[in-house]
Amino acid sequence: MENGEGVVKKFCYINRKAPYGTIYALESLEVVLIAAAFDQDISLVFADDGIYQLTKGQDTDGIGMKNFSKTYTALGDYDIKKVYVEKESLEERGLSAEDLQALKYEDEDDDWAEKDSLFVVGREELAKIIDEQDVILSF
Amino acid sequence: MALEVNGKSFETDEEGYLANLNDWQPELADAMAEADGAELGENHWEVINFLRSYYEEYQIAPAVRVLTKAIGKKLGKDKGNSKYLYELFPYGPAKQACKYAGLPKPTGCV
Amino acid sequence: MATLHTVNKSPFERNALESCLRLAKAGSSVLLFEDGVIGAMRDTRFSEKITQAMGDFSFYVLGPDIKARGLSNDKVIDGIQVVDYNGFVDLTTEHDTVQSWL
Repeated sequence: MENGEGVVKKFCYINRKAPYGTIYALESLEVVLIAAAFDQDISLVFADDGIYQLTKGQDTDGIGMKNFSKTYTALGDYDIKKVYVEKESLEERGLSAEDLQALKYEDEDDDWAEKDSLFVVGREELAKIIDEQDVILSF
Repeated sequence: MALEVNGKSFETDEEGYLANLNDWQPELADAMAEADGAELGENHWEVINFLRSYYEEYQIAPAVRVLTKAIGKKLGKDKGNSKYLYELFPYGPAKQACKYAGLPKPTGCV
Repeated sequence: MATLHTVNKSPFERNALESCLRLAKAGSSVLLFEDGVIGAMRDTRFSEKITQAMGDFSFYVLGPDIKARGLSNDKVIDGIQVVDYNGFVDLTTEHDTVQSWL
């Protein structure tokens, strides 16, 4: 309970779709940014084709759509510090952590030191994380 | 709706936000402020320019809480507080300053 | 000249690509675009299937959709030709019919 009022719940957003082909990725991102105002305990999960949302070097000039991949790097400003990527989803797509953008946040309690907020986790650990949530939103 | 500046007409939405981000020029901010009965000084421009570069980097207009924190870090603690920002932009720093900066209405603006 | 089959869904998400490969006549062309470009990437769970189908089909993939998703042309399976929008148009005019696997 950060400010002594209201209950802090564990919210988890599960992202399983590639960006641009459908609207899910962008909708999820917007909901996350709005919900970040309510001081809840937020986790983001990227699995299946959702991992393509976080690839680095996205260039949408050719398809005439807004490149919202840059917005993920602002999540740290919104106090979102837990972004989990499923390792097996990367592997079966021939990708690794190096293909993803670095996501960081600045730790207020540690002289604003930059810290990683993206964690590549295995299936079992991810299942545990999901199981601990109070609310799960699926995109 | 539209806004007339330098003999040119710029399209805005029903709340006065610029329809096309790339249309923006400093004179538009001045014209929007004038319509609100305000005049933009150096301190206003500091925030407006900050917002434009934030949008350039992250492709979003920051929520007011995020803006306040970021301004504090960039321009100093005496400016990174809501009192200072609300004095500059009484209609709400994110809402009003974003509008002058030609950005869309901030995501997460409640 | 034969049929152009287009697939715009990821093979991980839907079975459109698999249905296309199962039902398209040998000698046809297959163009992957939008989320379908994921099927053109090497080292995925589906790469082997595409490589095997190359004996029967000519494969194309839309470049701008690859770049948008942060993927690069050197991640494309050897033998798949990367085309731009003009190439897409050319393909549709060169073929007698276009079949979209939605």
